[in-house]
Amino acid sequence: MKIAVCVKQVPDTTRVEVDPETKTLVREGVESVLNPLDTFAVEEALRIRQGLGGTVTAITLGPPQAERMLRQVLAFGVDEGVLVSGREFAGSDTWSTSYALARAVETLGGFDLILCGKQAVDGDTGHVGPELSVHLGLPQATYVRRMREIEPDHAVVERLTDAGYEVLRVPLPAVMTVVKDLNEPRLPNLEDLFRGRFAPLKRLGRQEIAADPAQIGLDGSPTRVVEIFSPSVERAGRIYEEDLGAGIAQAVRLLEEEGLL
Amino acid sequence: MSRLEIIQQSCDLCGLCVEECPFDALAIVEGWLRVGEGCVLCGVCVEKCPADALCIVEEREREERDLGSFSGVWVLAEQSAGRIHPVTFQLLGKGRELADRRGTCLCAVLVGDDLGAAAKALCCFPVEKIFVAQHPSLARFRSGTYAAALAELIERERPEIVLCGATSMGRAFLPRVAALVKTGLTADCTGLEIADEEGLLLQTRPAFGGNIMATIVCPRHRPQMATVRPNVLPTLEPGRLRDVEMVRFTPSGGAIESAVEVLEVCEKQTDAVNIAEADVVVSGGRGVSSAQGFGLIRELAQELGGAVGASRAAVDAGWIPYPHQVGQTGKTLQPKLYVACGISGAVQHLVGMQSAGKIIAINQDPEAPIFRVADVGLVGDLHVIVPRWIERIRRRRAADGPNNSAGASAPPPGHGEGRS
Ligand SMILES: Cc1cc2nc3c(=O)[nH]c(=O)nc-3n(C[C@H](O)[C@H](O)[C@H](O)COP(=O)(O)OP(=O)(O)OC[C@H]3O[C@@H](n4cnc5c(N)ncnc54)[C@H](O)[C@@H]3O)c2cc1C
Repeated sequence: MKIAVCVKQVPDTTRVEVDPETKTLVREGVESVLNPLDTFAVEEALRIRQGLGGTVTAITLGPPQAERMLRQVLAFGVDEGVLVSGREFAGSDTWSTSYALARAVETLGGFDLILCGKQAVDGDTGHVGPELSVHLGLPQATYVRRMREIEPDHAVVERLTDAGYEVLRVPLPAVMTVVKDLNEPRLPNLEDLFRGRFAPLKRLGRQEIAADPAQIGLDGSPTRVVEIFSPSVERAGRIYEEDLGAGIAQAVRLLEEEGLL
Repeated sequence: MSRLEIIQQSCDLCGLCVEECPFDALAIVEGWLRVGEGCVLCGVCVEKCPADALCIVEEREREERDLGSFSGVWVLAEQSAGRIHPVTFQLLGKGRELADRRGTCLCAVLVGDDLGAAAKALCCFPVEKIFVAQHPSLARFRSGTYAAALAELIERERPEIVLCGATSMGRAFLPRVAALVKTGLTADCTGLEIADEEGLLLQTRPAFGGNIMATIVCPRHRPQMATVRPNVLPTLEPGRLRDVEMVRFTPSGGAIESAVEVLEVCEKQTDAVNIAEADVVVSGGRGVSSAQGFGLIRELAQELGGAVGASRAAVDAGWIPYPHQVGQTGKTLQPKLYVACGISGAVQHLVGMQSAGKIIAINQDPEAPIFRVADVGLVGDLHVIVPRWIERIRRRRAADGPNNSAGASAPPPGHGEGRS
């Protein structure tokens, strides 16, 4: 089984904060990391390889610095890392990102299974997986929470829905996005870390993947960010600290006003 | 190739952009601001620069679509077994407003099979037209067939705006539609506004885990498509049943074929799943301290006839399962009343509950950010305050007499009769 995992380098959002004074992002010491939701895709790929044999290739579209993240992924035991990079890709939204990834997948000769994380924690869109499957003309399964069965030509998966789950039979090749219930990602051991550091990486540019310049980067992206601001929500409520009794009375009054008593 | 340009004579090297750049792509080198390899043209620096010294220069040799030929606002009416998803009625309210602003029509779109009842239900809403894409192979949701059918209809009818709920269905198949018709899609919007004469849709959404809000546009492609979080927009109430034009649409052969088979659908409607639709939600956070601690939260919820929610910290600690989680990576709610107990009020949590009608917060830390969004804030130990509050509620009910407790569920067993 030839498996690809699409991974993304993201800023560590658990540490991105808005300064309450200046209302701007505080980014001091914030590092770029592997998108946490992609770790479940990497882990699943490795487990499938363990069962069925084959190879696991990690593909990322990103700036040259994404190499560090890719090496982190290689340290989990991934066979090959592919960095699609170049200034022309800057400004890619989900449409042109998925287009470029599709061209890379085709350049690499196609895969039986392509796994993505549910979404990246910076943009939080979850668009790239489904869009990639369209660009490749493959079926998709999103929010996969369990692989019930995986064979060279098909998979039976549980897909998480708002009210429960559904069971899908998906012919391969296919694109799947996975959620964190799927598995418990392993921690790399020392030997793997060492291997990851020195494993060869493949670098692909626009020409190698034969991408149409009009479909990539900012030029190929239908969307534009026009404004960024910090979320602000304030209510002119009353806070009771010393006078808790009065506060509880007020809370009861509020219930009454809302018709809840 | 588009690029970020620095207008060096305007730049006073204040360094704000260097700090703000989410990708560490800007640096001041030997007295000059420089753009590094990491730049993804996100535009944060352009936005933040007090001296207007940065701009993104775009190259425009793209094919321009005839934007003026697209008209109409569409709302995808998600349905399952004839039941329309509540987010649809929220989208119809906003859709009406956008359509009026654009002087165009509002249309609802149904995709599925056996859609008679759903179509009829939509006739109680102010839509000019209902598109019904019906076929036996669309009976069950499959992202491939639904996307192909909707994409075909979009190509034929050319709407200017398409809205859909950011549900597990919408988020799975709208990106496919966007890829098929080559247009932009903005995920999980919390605000939609028309900007100007050209009808540019300003789509506002949280990003970076809810730490920032971003406004996104789709300037040169149509339709402008967005998924919208359930329960952030007000719900439109049904009016009188009206005569609405129905346009039936049978997707072409290619559109209804899918290699994916749905073998089984399992929907267990626990109270947890229902938190998105409950009028009252009582949530507990890390301050609840344990799984047992949630007993108190449950008791209060029951007293108010509500459902139980939780912060991610409580879910991660294993005190309560994930379907109860409220926030960025959980559910978004719009109850009449939200009660937050022992929750600090991180932005990721606020995203999920800030549009509640009223908010009551209990926290021992007077500086907790949750108090900034609270209508009533109670500072102190929740293990003391919640029982006192429940006690007061029961006394109040008892004083009103047994016939006067409408609006709330029956009191929990053992606490039934007003003993006072
Ligand atoms: C990408 C991303 C997505 C996220 N998504 C979500 C999400 O969907 N939902 C979510 O909730 N969070 C989410 N988070 C996490 C969020 O940032 C916070 O970490 C989380 O909301 C904190 O939960 P908490 O308020 O329960 O815990 P804490 O922040 O630890 O706060 C506990 C509060 O309880 C108070 N307290 C303690 N004991 C008592 C007591 N006895 N009585 C009264 N008060 C007491 C404390 O003063 C404190 O304010 C996300 C984070 C990231 C980075």
